[in-house]
Amino acid sequence: MATHIQPEGLADKGIAGETEAPPVRSGERKFGSGIEIVLLALFMIVMLFPVIWMLETALKETKDIYAVPAKVFSFSPTLDHFKNVFGADSPVLKGFLNSVIVAGSSTVIATVLGVPAAWAYSRFTLKAKKDQLFFILSTRFMPPVVVVIPVFLMFRDLSLLDTRLGLILVYSAFNLPFTIWMMKGFIDEVPAEYEEASMLDGYSRFESFWRVTMPLLIPGIAATAVFALIFSWNEFVFSIFLITDPETRTAPSAIAGLIGGTTIDWGLVAASAMTFAVPVLVFAFLVRKHLVAGVTLGAVRR
Amino acid sequence: MANTLQTPPQTSAKAERLEAPPAAKRFAFLTDRKLSFLFISPALALLVFLSIWPLLWLLGLSFTDYSATRDTGWGFIGVDNYVEVLTSPVVHARALTTLIFVLGAVGLQTILGFTIAFLISRRVKGRGAITTLFLIPMMLSPIVVGLFWKFMLDVQFGVVNSFLDSLGFGRVEWLTQQRLALFSLVIVDTWQWTPFIMLIALAGLTAVPKYLYEAAEIDRASEWFKFRRITFPLVWPLLLIAIMFRAIEAFRLFDLVYILTGGGPGGTTETLSFNVYKVAFFGFDTGLASAYGILMVIVVTIAAQFYLRYLNRLQEG
Repeated sequence: MATHIQPEGLADKGIAGETEAPPVRSGERKFGSGIEIVLLALFMIVMLFPVIWMLETALKETKDIYAVPAKVFSFSPTLDHFKNVFGADSPVLKGFLNSVIVAGSSTVIATVLGVPAAWAYSRFTLKAKKDQLFFILSTRFMPPVVVVIPVFLMFRDLSLLDTRLGLILVYSAFNLPFTIWMMKGFIDEVPAEYEEASMLDGYSRFESFWRVTMPLLIPGIAATAVFALIFSWNEFVFSIFLITDPETRTAPSAIAGLIGGTTIDWGLVAASAMTFAVPVLVFAFLVRKHLVAGVTLGAVRR
Repeated sequence: MANTLQTPPQTSAKAERLEAPPAAKRFAFLTDRKLSFLFISPALALLVFLSIWPLLWLLGLSFTDYSATRDTGWGFIGVDNYVEVLTSPVVHARALTTLIFVLGAVGLQTILGFTIAFLISRRVKGRGAITTLFLIPMMLSPIVVGLFWKFMLDVQFGVVNSFLDSLGFGRVEWLTQQRLALFSLVIVDTWQWTPFIMLIALAGLTAVPKYLYEAAEIDRASEWFKFRRITFPLVWPLLLIAIMFRAIEAFRLFDLVYILTGGGPGGTTETLSFNVYKVAFFGFDTGLASAYGILMVIVVTIAAQFYLRYLNRLQEG
């Protein structure tokens, strides 16, 4: 009876909820999905082209880089530019080492200060807790160019200009709001009952935090730390204003320094940029599952 | 005999052991109050030292005619700096530039980001790999992105012009022509941050419960109806958060301008952030730059308040 109402084939596929799409429109759908694939591929090419182009440039010989029209496929690759990046007198290499020190230390500081704070915010009822958390996050929204003016004057008085320590402090403060917010998200997911149970067993508050909750948080801490590392690794505004000395400046300013002159060695720039980007891409791959929480300071969870 | 039964000290010792096992004695001095103070205060101290204290300093300086280069002391001049910033035609022009940039870049990113996320969400195979590849631009440092594009948009040997040339369109001065420079800036920012909107939109799209579509399927709802009535309403709140986040960040854009155009040509790509930097580090009019900065902080704070309110409501609801 129902067969003349239902399109053919729907009834014998079981209940309607299990069928993906009514068969009538399947042709239309296939056509639509063809367009979708083409569109997606186009977007992908546009998005990845600059990265691929930079990689190609880093691998090209200098004469090929300036070839007109541009050589997309027909060039013989060379590693000369990468050799220059790691050469003994390369300004970029020093920048990389400084970046490792600064990004590494600031990540450690932000994590060591941030995780306990996040735990306290997660577990205790504190006075004006919400306001405190909002205040912490709002420091993250201030324009860096504005904050750098008083920090510059302050560091000049404390003779922290041109030092790695100064930059480490700034980056730690810069990463703290993020660390606290993201870690609070992770800690909220660990039931407080675990700690209460362990306190009944005779642990003190601190011990139950340290021995019960901490081990459960390690994946979250790792993800948060990687994000902090990426932020400090990529940061540019503070690094260029607080440090002018080539001995202590970080890689972003060192790379930016390569384009200062009248002629620019684009091969070296490309090779440095690619080298600089590799750790970030590796780290980003490691935390890909937490990306949503990470890029939104943990405020939005998937 | 009675001796062995009569042992009051033993029972009391037992009770004592039950009361407090030795482990609890360790760190017992850390009461909840002390612990929360101990855990939170170092973090807050660092934030106060490097965020609040500088901000107060900035506020103080904004009422003076202090200059970092002359360093001859300072005089209190009231709200003159604020009046000067607010009435300056240059600042008005920069504010307009920034507004155009924010609207253009964030608008474009939202449309593209959502479209890409929508397309990805309809794929079943290889979704993870595709998403990861799309995210690459966002993870790169703005400095690296700026350099990529400065090279690609170069008039003489930039690949973009090379392609245009071989297609017969002629060369375009992307970064040095008055009107195009801001447009190029929008393009580069869009390239870098479309993945951000895409990521959030994708999170929203994958979270839409399947049964809603199944129900609509039973009712023979059209694709458009499903999109308008199910997909979009459920993703919109999340998308709005992403938009606000991006708008706040785009408002304080500095690095891309610094690398790509240096504010040129003729100041057409100078954003407010870049203008503050010029006043502070080239003009060395620290007092004026402070007032300028304070005004920017006020704008960002208001925007952030809206953002946080919305976020809060969303998380509670």
